[in-house]
Amino acid sequence: MTAVLEDTAAPAGARGRTRRRVDWGKWFTWGVLAWLFAPITFMIAFSFNDIQGRHNVTWEGFTLKWYGQAFDHADLTQALLYTLAIGVLTMVIAGTIGSLLGLALGRHRFRGQGTTNLVMFAAICAPEVVLGAALLSLFLLVGIATGFMAILLAHVMFTISFVAITVRARVITLDPNLEEAARDLGAGPWTTFRLVTLPMLFPAIMAGGLLAFALSIDDYIITSFVAGDVTTFPLWIWGATRVGIPPQVNVMGTLIFAVGVTLAVINVVVAKRRRS
Amino acid sequence: MRRKLTPYLLALPGWAWLALFFVVPLAGMASLSLTSGNVITGFEQTFNVANYVDAISTYSEQLVRSLLYGLGATVICVAIGYPAAYWIAFHGGKHKSTYLLLILLPFFVSFVLRTISWKFTLSDNGVVLGTLKSFGLLPADFGVLNTAPAVVLGLAYNFLPFMVLPIYAVLERMDHRVVEAAHDLYASKLQAFLRVVLPISLPGVFAGGLMTFIPTTADYVNASVLGGPGNTMIGSIIQTQYLVNNDYPIAAAITFVLMAVLLLGIFSYARALGTERVMEVQAK
Amino acid sequence: MRNPLLRGMTQARYGRREMLKFSAMAAAGLGLSACGVSGQQQQAVAEDDFWQGKKETGSLTFANWPLYIDSKRTQLKQFTKATGITVNYKEDVQDIAAFAGKLQPQLANGDATGYDMFVLTNGIELARFLALGYLAPLDHGQMPNFAANIGEAYRDNSYDPGNKHTAPYASGITGIAYNPKYVDREITSIADLWDPKFKGKVGMMSDPQEIANFGLLLNGVNPADSTEQDWQAAADKLQQQRDDGLVRSYYAQDFVQPLTNGDVWLTMAWSGDIYQQNAEAGTDLKFVVPEEGATIWTDVMCIPTTSEAPVDSLKLIDFLYQPDIAAGLTEYITYIPPVPKAQDILREQAHDASGKSRAQLERLVESPLVFPTDEDYSRLHNYVALEPGKEKAFTSVFHAVTQA
Repeated sequence: MTAVLEDTAAPAGARGRTRRRVDWGKWFTWGVLAWLFAPITFMIAFSFNDIQGRHNVTWEGFTLKWYGQAFDHADLTQALLYTLAIGVLTMVIAGTIGSLLGLALGRHRFRGQGTTNLVMFAAICAPEVVLGAALLSLFLLVGIATGFMAILLAHVMFTISFVAITVRARVITLDPNLEEAARDLGAGPWTTFRLVTLPMLFPAIMAGGLLAFALSIDDYIITSFVAGDVTTFPLWIWGATRVGIPPQVNVMGTLIFAVGVTLAVINVVVAKRRRS
Repeated sequence: MRRKLTPYLLALPGWAWLALFFVVPLAGMASLSLTSGNVITGFEQTFNVANYVDAISTYSEQLVRSLLYGLGATVICVAIGYPAAYWIAFHGGKHKSTYLLLILLPFFVSFVLRTISWKFTLSDNGVVLGTLKSFGLLPADFGVLNTAPAVVLGLAYNFLPFMVLPIYAVLERMDHRVVEAAHDLYASKLQAFLRVVLPISLPGVFAGGLMTFIPTTADYVNASVLGGPGNTMIGSIIQTQYLVNNDYPIAAAITFVLMAVLLLGIFSYARALGTERVMEVQAK
Repeated sequence: MRNPLLRGMTQARYGRREMLKFSAMAAAGLGLSACGVSGQQQQAVAEDDFWQGKKETGSLTFANWPLYIDSKRTQLKQFTKATGITVNYKEDVQDIAAFAGKLQPQLANGDATGYDMFVLTNGIELARFLALGYLAPLDHGQMPNFAANIGEAYRDNSYDPGNKHTAPYASGITGIAYNPKYVDREITSIADLWDPKFKGKVGMMSDPQEIANFGLLLNGVNPADSTEQDWQAAADKLQQQRDDGLVRSYYAQDFVQPLTNGDVWLTMAWSGDIYQQNAEAGTDLKFVVPEEGATIWTDVMCIPTTSEAPVDSLKLIDFLYQPDIAAGLTEYITYIPPVPKAQDILREQAHDASGKSRAQLERLVESPLVFPTDEDYSRLHNYVALEPGKEKAFTSVFHAVTQA
């Protein structure tokens, strides 16, 4: 999905046909963006809300104090750490396994390829509630305890296919002549892979890994089934609705969002550099 | 010999993981759905098909409702996502990637948090409705929260990027000269769009449709945060039966019914369209 | 249009062969798991046997609701200072049913759950855990503070007679809260929740036990003596309320915010949440114990039989029954403490304090929401006590209303 983002130097369609009239498409797109960002704006604004009680609902004045106290709720901080740890581990494990699978699917013809594609497709399409329920069923039948490991197993499971597809798409577009050239020059298969194939695949592997990370930290439904005694960031927020979500949640949401914006800006700047 | 083994070695970890934690659990759930008993005495395998009869007869209303909500959200996503993807792909110029990033950025905020934020935003006297009411544009007792439209809009909101991206990917890859040629050949822009652009972009629409319809149908977070009485979705029933009532056989049976309904749709869809193509589109 | 469309739709497709393979794989998995899930009952343990040979470990893990102790964990720090035992406090109980559901498999296997003690509400889940023998018997010989300070009303309870396995942490009343900004008359009865004037502005609770009590009390039935026919009659009444469009939403727990905002005008509510909102956000929400009666529930502390630090946990439970400690807890959580002496301590503190904090403390001490009067207590009922095996019949009657 994110592979799209690398494609910045694409032909620029109807450029040069500038007509001075209302650009409805542009207005529409900006309208859609406004819709997408409305609740996020709200979330950010209320991270600065100087509330007295526990319910961060009505505007009571501007303050920066919640940023100073961002980590005051030990459990919320712990939940965030769990989420990040699971996200990073998922990125590494699913990134590795998924990339290998993607490489196999994109480069080789082998028995079981069709079935593999089918299972991956089913895993991507299966609703989260089904995945969560199925895993919990298995854990119940086999008597595996739910918890951190269970969440990790589940997250790797539902992100592998996304990584594999991203990597496969890149493998298909690689020029096999490059690898052949390397072999002609006397490189062994491992050396060829390390010095030629891997560097070319690296952007796709990174994109796949980041996608896995993003899907993992965002997940609520599957996690809620297999979490056992572990509380992740989304689970904590869900639980806190009972007593009122503390502004620290808005603060953390805003900080994570800020990291995302920073990454996006870097991406745009780098793309611009590459083009010029 | 060694070369022949390579693809199997590469694929092995992925296979093992998907088999152990995806295929086997599904089978386990199938098995669980045929047991009978209760959480105190245990569940015994009795091939009790009555669970399915129970599940369907008790929860058909929620199942149908979920399918309708999913469909509604998907239609809204196409209606909103297609024009946006089209404009970005054809008129985004050098800012294309920036626009796409903007569409993706909301994902950096947790799904649960985004949905809860909507709840605050849509409150009867909140930022949006309160303001409109104070200008007399809406009657004082008008409300959106806890209604079906709130749920469907919430679903569409949360899954819109999954529609925009595949459509964009297809439009972006299109040879723009074809479009220019079409504009030259066909009299109107509309005709050029209907005869050339739309058919080529259909796989993207189909892929986006799958990626929005399936998760929205099975979602329950939006319904429980934004919905009211009469908006309960099937996912919520599954969650309650598993985690609250510990009635595993019924829970597994409902899950299977839901999955069967969805899979049936996917496979007929995939046969018509070709999943290879769908997956390629998703990857982009 | 036809040709390109067709072209787009006729790509590689899956044949029957792949489908067969997939089915074969699934079938193999099925064979693997054709077994069932074994029974989950544990042998009940006698008190003496359980505590035999158990030793202090120096640390324990305690699961509780979020925000059920101040963020500095003052009382736990006092405990550590007094005993040297460290407490790993986790706000993992976000939904009793879901929490209990998650622990169930581990407890059934006799495995440690990661918690040495946790808080449950006196409902279906607690009854189930007691019936399944998952909770350790409390060693009352080691609980002097508990014996000396627990209130009369909590000594004699129906969910765990004699507090054999549980000790109350805090109690609350489920009554009616309303926002006088929108409701221009006094609300006094459950029947007001059925008043057509409030169409679309009534909030109810989604929990079967909570909503059942209101339906039963409206029908004039004492929840303690209710029969299956009574449940159905109560559910019919609730269904009618829903069909008439009165109910805005069935809340799991998050009713305060919509009540403050005016999304609902009156709602079933928990006493402490309303007290907090008024005290901290300066709102003027009203809370009433309706004339038909209302519900009192108790969050209790318990020690699972698989606890790895039962002795430490028991010490903490007893520690929290010291009046000054209980007073400190109450000041933050604003629910009803099981220790009546806490009121006296807080009254003294109010007397010694000045300014804003004095006003806050006085308000707390005098509030019937935190320290109910005897007259209030006489109108309060426990949840319907369900015989084992009746839970499913009970919950499905009320889920049919709230979840349809």
